[in-house]
Amino acid sequence: MIYPDKNVLVNEVDTLVEKYGSGRESLLPILQDVQRKFGFISDFAMQEIAHRLNIHPVEVYGVVTFYSFLSTEPKGKYVIRLCKTISCELAGKEAIARTLERELNLKFGETSSDRKFTLEYCHCIGMCDQGPAMLINEQVYTKLTPSKIIEIIDNLK
Amino acid sequence: MADRIAKGRAPVSHQPHTVAKVGGEIGGEVEIEINGRKYAVPFGTTILEACRMNNIHIPTLCYHEDLCLAGACRVCVVEVEGMKTLQASCAFPITNKIKIWTTSEKVRKARRHILDLLLSEHFGECYSCVRNNNCELQTLAKEYGVDFYRFGHISQPRYEVDRSSYAIVRDMDKCVLCRRCVRTCIDLQEVGVLEATRKGYSTLISTFMDRPILDVICINCGQCINRCPTGALRAKDPSDEIWKAIDDPTKHVVIQTAPSIRASIGEEFGLPPGHSMTGQMVTALRMMGFDRVFDTNFAADLTIMEEGTELLLRLKRKLLEGDKSVKLPQFTSCSPGWIKYIEHFYPDQLDYLSTCKSPQQMFGAVIKTFYAQEMGIDPANIVTVAVMPCTAKKFECNRPEMNASGYKDIDYGLTTRELAQMMKEAGIYLPELPKSYFDEPFGNASGAGLIFGTTGGVMEAALRTVYEIVTGREVPFDNLSITPCRGMEGVREASIVLKDVKDEWKFLEGFELKFLIAHGTANAKKVMEALIRGELDDYHFVEIMACPGGCIGGGGQPIPTSPEIRKKRAEAIYKEDAELPVRKSHENPHIKYIYEKFLVDGPCGKISHKLLHTHYYKRGKYIV
Amino acid sequence: MPIINDTIFFDEKAHGEALEKALKMSPHEVVLEIRESQLRGRGGAGFPTGTKWMLALSAQAEKKFVVCNADEGEPGTFKDRVLLSEYTKLVLEGMVIAGYAIQAQKGFIYLRGEYAYLLDHLLNYLDRMRKEKRLGENILGTNYSFDIEIRLGSGAYVCGEETALIESLEGHRGEARNRPPYPVNTGYLGYPTIVNNVETFACAYIVISKGAQWFAQYGTEKSKGMKLISVSGDCKKPGVYEVPFGIKIKELLELVGAEDTKAVQIGGASGICIPMSEIERNISFEDVPTGGSVIIFNKSRNMLQVLRNFMEFFVEESCGQCTPCRIGNKKLLEGVEMLEKGICTHHYLNELIELGKTMQIASKCGLGQSSPNPFISIVTNFKDEIMSNYLGGKNGR
Repeated sequence: MIYPDKNVLVNEVDTLVEKYGSGRESLLPILQDVQRKFGFISDFAMQEIAHRLNIHPVEVYGVVTFYSFLSTEPKGKYVIRLCKTISCELAGKEAIARTLERELNLKFGETSSDRKFTLEYCHCIGMCDQGPAMLINEQVYTKLTPSKIIEIIDNLK
Repeated sequence: MADRIAKGRAPVSHQPHTVAKVGGEIGGEVEIEINGRKYAVPFGTTILEACRMNNIHIPTLCYHEDLCLAGACRVCVVEVEGMKTLQASCAFPITNKIKIWTTSEKVRKARRHILDLLLSEHFGECYSCVRNNNCELQTLAKEYGVDFYRFGHISQPRYEVDRSSYAIVRDMDKCVLCRRCVRTCIDLQEVGVLEATRKGYSTLISTFMDRPILDVICINCGQCINRCPTGALRAKDPSDEIWKAIDDPTKHVVIQTAPSIRASIGEEFGLPPGHSMTGQMVTALRMMGFDRVFDTNFAADLTIMEEGTELLLRLKRKLLEGDKSVKLPQFTSCSPGWIKYIEHFYPDQLDYLSTCKSPQQMFGAVIKTFYAQEMGIDPANIVTVAVMPCTAKKFECNRPEMNASGYKDIDYGLTTRELAQMMKEAGIYLPELPKSYFDEPFGNASGAGLIFGTTGGVMEAALRTVYEIVTGREVPFDNLSITPCRGMEGVREASIVLKDVKDEWKFLEGFELKFLIAHGTANAKKVMEALIRGELDDYHFVEIMACPGGCIGGGGQPIPTSPEIRKKRAEAIYKEDAELPVRKSHENPHIKYIYEKFLVDGPCGKISHKLLHTHYYKRGKYIV
Repeated sequence: MPIINDTIFFDEKAHGEALEKALKMSPHEVVLEIRESQLRGRGGAGFPTGTKWMLALSAQAEKKFVVCNADEGEPGTFKDRVLLSEYTKLVLEGMVIAGYAIQAQKGFIYLRGEYAYLLDHLLNYLDRMRKEKRLGENILGTNYSFDIEIRLGSGAYVCGEETALIESLEGHRGEARNRPPYPVNTGYLGYPTIVNNVETFACAYIVISKGAQWFAQYGTEKSKGMKLISVSGDCKKPGVYEVPFGIKIKELLELVGAEDTKAVQIGGASGICIPMSEIERNISFEDVPTGGSVIIFNKSRNMLQVLRNFMEFFVEESCGQCTPCRIGNKKLLEGVEMLEKGICTHHYLNELIELGKTMQIASKCGLGQSSPNPFISIVTNFKDEIMSNYLGGKNGR
């Protein structure tokens, strides 16, 4: 994903405001769509959305930084979120974490320089009986083992 | 409660006086019990208001009378019988018979814990803080007898201080996350510089993309500083440089004082609001070492001459010459916070603004040209200091175009609080000083110049002059007090009919001059939106002040601020105006003098335009 | 995995046609039926659903809303995921019944962002319902119209709290509101709104379908009906179980094949940690409440590590608005770190327990009010274990 051109963003925001409405209630759906399409919500996008919804840019920034799935920094094409809550930890998330770090050559919280992968922790994703579990974008993977991880990553590369 | 201004953005549960529709009648009284005694309060009153009405003390931190409710700090919690958790008294509306305990064991323990938690995160080096002795956290700690840090304390600063802006300094180490600055900037002023970002323990009040304040759209109104309970927000203080200038024998240091200072500086010395200290203030300034002490009100009179003439010229062009391009209504331009606001948010409407500079800047230009000539002093050695209730003036005096005299017209903008601090450093206790008078030739000012300090004052001053120029008679109001201009409602309007005018103003015979007054940028926004919709086509003059209450509520005024305090300060100003010998700008003998000797081609003439008028920038609201 | 003959959720033949039945009753009658069943909210707080719906019905406003809280974020809870994916009819038609009961025109499903993979299934189901006239204009030929929109969350546990959820729907940060006024009077955009858990709507469907009396025959005196429990941790058969309220923890442990158990965390991170000495207690609102989460720890687990996991969770997921929760949780976490190094004195530990008690009563919303629960229960029930850590030791850091 390349950095989106300003005109592209303006058109995108226009379409989204058409689709969801121009009241403040549409803020989250619009932000989620921009995040999904471009991988992040840029400075310019936030200001454009703020102007269209008649709120201040800093309010949009406050909302984006509040939710962990929204980001002002570019994320990778594949965002890998490993659950670190207690049930997955008891089931062996540490080993999975080390495998991911090693195979992707990333630390948790980092994005690869080719913007392909982002590695993050997240909290309970509701797969506690099938842990360790992780999300890659919107797809969930359960009952992870190091070899499964390697297979999954190889398929994505 | 008269001037609760715009609260549209806050969620409904944060609006004051939300009354539930279930049960109880609206307008009736409810019997409640507080600490074992019975009271009756109107339905819908919050517990905090009920206690304040009956002189029961509940400490607060994030609550502020001007702002929407937050219920975030939990300092004001009280125990309500039958409810398992403690309730925030600032936000709990009374709708049925309840029993409240404000100092039970649970409450005291909870408040103490909350204070300990706040102190454990606050890098409070009280000795080196500008709010030492005037800090709400200090007061609470004293009240609750904090004598050790139960949960630890911070020993090193964690954040860098943001000193980028000309006017405002942000020190996040001292922030207690009460959200008052957020509510002020977004709800009260509708400018939108500060907001809570991130979540949980990492929550931080920040600007857009964490940029320095200079880079975002801050109008420097300083209302956030007035409402911050600690020293997290403060103004940029130039006192060190001013002391240096005073101590330098080659420099001729001239100080001008704005009208609002005299009505409020007493508060910094422990007096209640509303005590005018004009004479004492002049004595103090001389004692501090200023070479000349002038009165900004003089420049305010000058502004009225220029702006009043500009209005009449615009009316002439439109009505007599039929020039359709004339922009009416004319908006005042003496509030630098308002100027920056319109430059950012309504750059296409800049032509509606009067081209007059603010009184401070006009004065600076006059001092470094006319005064320097008259006194035979090299303007390069003159240092002009302006004491203002305003933080935006610090930005204004640094505007690149403010050098009509060939030098920086005003060198330093000082606030009321900073001036009081300098006085204390000089060992001066203001209330005990004898009174004295301002220096000539700029010491004489009319009452019209004085009332600039409060909302509606510029309008009233302008009307006193314009009406008389056109009709030759005084305004038809008792004792020249134009009451429709007075008061604290957000947007006020009134009109005056011009009858039996002088011959040269025949085209205004029977004309109804309509005007609007607004204070606080949220109300300025309402006015501008109405202008864009075309609803102001038959208005002629609009006064806008960026700060609620006008200048007496400015960002540099003594802290704390509240509707009551601002009302008292305004009353002091109107009272002093009523007692002055000269009440109209055009009757000020020194104004006549300056137009005869210096500004020889009259108001809005060529010389005036060069020195006393300015232009504006289309800044827009895009943050680069 | 049903355990009783009269299973409610897991036997589709037992579901009946509640929507048809409800539309033949008056809204008031529907609410009375729910009230009579003594159904309590299944999200964890347990507010009587009948009362909530009655208040919303009596509120007068031009618009009303129904919100389904599918922001299942409590650690160890995954029963709503199962309900939404496999028993969708119960939930969605339960929402329509709720809408009819309070005379709302629109419903929202606030689906947590982590369950975005369920979105397609739910959208398709809603479309099907519209085609079958079970949703939309003039439902099943009556003059009642109701539609449902799905809104996704974006990764914030605190948005499971009802007022924070409403704030999130309105496009704000998910920060809890002051209550009163309550959402049934002033909710989404200021209109009366009911916010109920996924399972509550499913139960409401069952109540209308099989009758309040039938529902109330299960459970205890104050906790009626069946409950879905999601079991995870050290046991042979983790998964979702349907049990009656009042079941003893001991019985549940046997059911799921737990061996060598040391402790059971009931209620997720906001719940309490039950040591083996208390497994005669039962799961109900009177005794040990839960939204569904049960996590089992065996003897090899380090309770301090468990506690640390929970407190880290709260420090990150707190919304940060009120002082006791924002800073209090951090202080409790620092206390855990001190315990791990063995440098926490008994005196300071008691200070932290007192802080926890203050947080329970002074915090603005349920998150801050329940985050000290695991701290207080683990520190009290496993005192010797946690006080015997030291820096460099097997369990210390």
